[in-house]
Amino acid sequence: MFGQSNWLTTKVDAALGWARKFSIFQYPFVTACCGMEYMATACSHYDVDRFGAGFPRFSPRQADVLFVVGTISHKMAPILKKIYDQMTEPKWVVAFGVCTCTGGFYDNYATVQGIDTLIPVDVYIPGCPPRPENVLDGLMKLQAKIQAQHSGVTLGASSQAIADKLHV
Amino acid sequence: MEATAYETRDLLLNVGPAHPAMHGIIRILLQLDGETIKGADVEIGYLHRGFEKMCEQGGYNHAIPYTDRLNYVSPLINNVGYCLAIERLMGLTVPERGQYIRVIMSEISRITDHLTCVGASAMELGAFTVFLYMIKAREYLWELIEQVTGARLTISYCRVGGVKADLPEGFETRTRAVLAQVREVLVECDTLLTRNRIFVDRMKGTGTITQQDALGYGITGPFLRSTGANFDVRKQTPYLVYDRLTFEAPLGQHGDNLDRYFCRMEEMEQSMRIVEQCLAQLPGGSIQAEGVAGQAIAAADMVDAAKMGRIAEIAGTHPVTDPTLEGSNKPFHQRINAPEKRAVLPPKEDTYGNIEGLMSHFKLIMFGHGIRPPKGEVYQAVEGANGELGFYVVSDGTDKPYRVRVRPPCLPMMAALPLLLTGDMMADVVPTFGSVNMIGGELDR
Amino acid sequence: MSEEQAPPPVPLSEQLRARFPEAVIATHQQAGDDTAVVRRESLRAVAQHLRDEPELAFNVLMDLTAVDGLKLGAASRFEVVYHFYSLEQNRRLRLKVPVEEQDPTVDSLADLWPSANWFEREVWDMFGIRFRGHPSLKRLLMYEEFSGHPLRKDYPVNRRQPLIGPGN
Repeated sequence: MFGQSNWLTTKVDAALGWARKFSIFQYPFVTACCGMEYMATACSHYDVDRFGAGFPRFSPRQADVLFVVGTISHKMAPILKKIYDQMTEPKWVVAFGVCTCTGGFYDNYATVQGIDTLIPVDVYIPGCPPRPENVLDGLMKLQAKIQAQHSGVTLGASSQAIADKLHV
Repeated sequence: MEATAYETRDLLLNVGPAHPAMHGIIRILLQLDGETIKGADVEIGYLHRGFEKMCEQGGYNHAIPYTDRLNYVSPLINNVGYCLAIERLMGLTVPERGQYIRVIMSEISRITDHLTCVGASAMELGAFTVFLYMIKAREYLWELIEQVTGARLTISYCRVGGVKADLPEGFETRTRAVLAQVREVLVECDTLLTRNRIFVDRMKGTGTITQQDALGYGITGPFLRSTGANFDVRKQTPYLVYDRLTFEAPLGQHGDNLDRYFCRMEEMEQSMRIVEQCLAQLPGGSIQAEGVAGQAIAAADMVDAAKMGRIAEIAGTHPVTDPTLEGSNKPFHQRINAPEKRAVLPPKEDTYGNIEGLMSHFKLIMFGHGIRPPKGEVYQAVEGANGELGFYVVSDGTDKPYRVRVRPPCLPMMAALPLLLTGDMMADVVPTFGSVNMIGGELDR
Repeated sequence: MSEEQAPPPVPLSEQLRARFPEAVIATHQQAGDDTAVVRRESLRAVAQHLRDEPELAFNVLMDLTAVDGLKLGAASRFEVVYHFYSLEQNRRLRLKVPVEEQDPTVDSLADLWPSANWFEREVWDMFGIRFRGHPSLKRLLMYEEFSGHPLRKDYPVNRRQPLIGPGN
């Protein structure tokens, strides 16, 4: 049954969550100034590699976290949607920088007022640009979210029988 | 077996807008015959954020955060260019110390720009270590900038008529130490790249442009200097205190990617020399605390007491501003800002302490008031990291700019990109595009 | 009697006025910038002269933009502004060409200076001024389906756009 959780599924969830959160393959969709702070976070001083998120995958098919870094204009919006659609499940989206959260101070004809009008967002990291410490904090929140996800694993019949016998 | 003639067709390849190069979002349409590029077309505008329209919405100082985000790797140069344009329209002159500070910060920004450009383009060619080293050097400089301006990247440091705050204590010693570290990093990267067979083979002879073409396209900066034309706005039309400083604008010969790499590496060294000369020539030493009459009282407390009518309590005291406003107290304020009530906010001690200061503050802050340059127009060119950055400002006499136009130095380079790419191979797109140093914020505005 | 001091040099805009008396409407040197306002019909002749005359040698067209004078109350709505630079002479000049609202067209300078190509496309995109003789006058900064010319004074700054692209 989908969503029926017991001791075994929670352990599976925990294991999957642990594996996923420490091996994040990010797709850095870098557009603007936040890209500079993204580079700073990825490099030696602030080192995002310690969190397992060090190696960017420049193909959406191979990535699982879409870091939208920098302002999205209306011209860029269809491309963002396409990239998001091309990513395979499970996938998460991080809105990096205030332009992606709400449009920033570019309240005008050219800017999308927040990427959550286009795609679902998991973590919002505000800042213009956010300091690398903010980014790492956001990344850790994303990791907590990934860890807490239910993977929706259903047990096969034999495993269900064992679980029933253990009365858990 | 005889060779048959195969019927082939050209391939139309779309590079971008979402592509791995860290430089920004653009679309290059390549017409490929095998691996050779027969034609190219460039499409930009993916980062158009309406800078020019947003500048018309607020006062003259409101545009400064927007100018930060034009060329976001060297934001101070944009700030300085914009403020110089307004000051020229109004006929203001910033005091010498303010001018030297602007030059120091501009040159530090130029170094960060070149570090990012060379680092990123080296990474795209496979030299990941160089990228890490150069970003490390950039971090040292950003820490320095943060101590002065309060922010690493989008600093909004200049104001019309001066700068936000004076240099902090110990800036000179720290800067000299940081520049020594940056020099070490540049030597390391030079050893890794300059005589590296792979790097030189990929950069030499690719992305070539003649001086004639470059001038026709309006290209300036290290791109033009790599073809041998000696044009540097700091030398031809010196602004601020550049005429008192000795430096060279390095010139190349062939106009290819390798020459541009050399130009940029050498320019970083020249920028460091400019910073050192400025530190030596900087007027105004450390300010001794003068004996001020009366007891010190926090400015906010003084305002509260005054609002409640407790004047006798605050008579004979002098206000002391918050330590977070370091560098902008009254003795520092007047040596970095022009003495011009029409454009420069009074120091906080005056704003809180006396009625004339409060009125000056009002006249610059309240809706409908503000900086009002005379009607007219001005074009101010400064030497950005990519070339001539021009600000064309039209004023209609009100407190909001009528038109602010930025002449982006990388637009002509992107217009010339088809010319640069045609004839080269597919793999040459990477070093050529990297050496163009296209910054999306500046290109699309 | 020898002259105590040489007379001040005649600004270039005045020299242009002497050379093209019917083309140059006005000149000024505000803030040290030499400016000449030129009639639309004579633009190409003046521009050609600036480029080809050996003592002038304005080989760089630094900037080409426009100003919408709707709120300035000028006689003609638009003004196309050209900034020229001569590398040899180290001299700058600004030309302004007034353009009517009913017939917003100007001759293109793209064959004289290749830099004019993209600058003119941007002016078309932002202001709606057409350039006769331009090789391919299409939008530069906004997306293709965009309607309107954003930098005109009657275009509201925060007009929301319909999201374009897949699924919209």
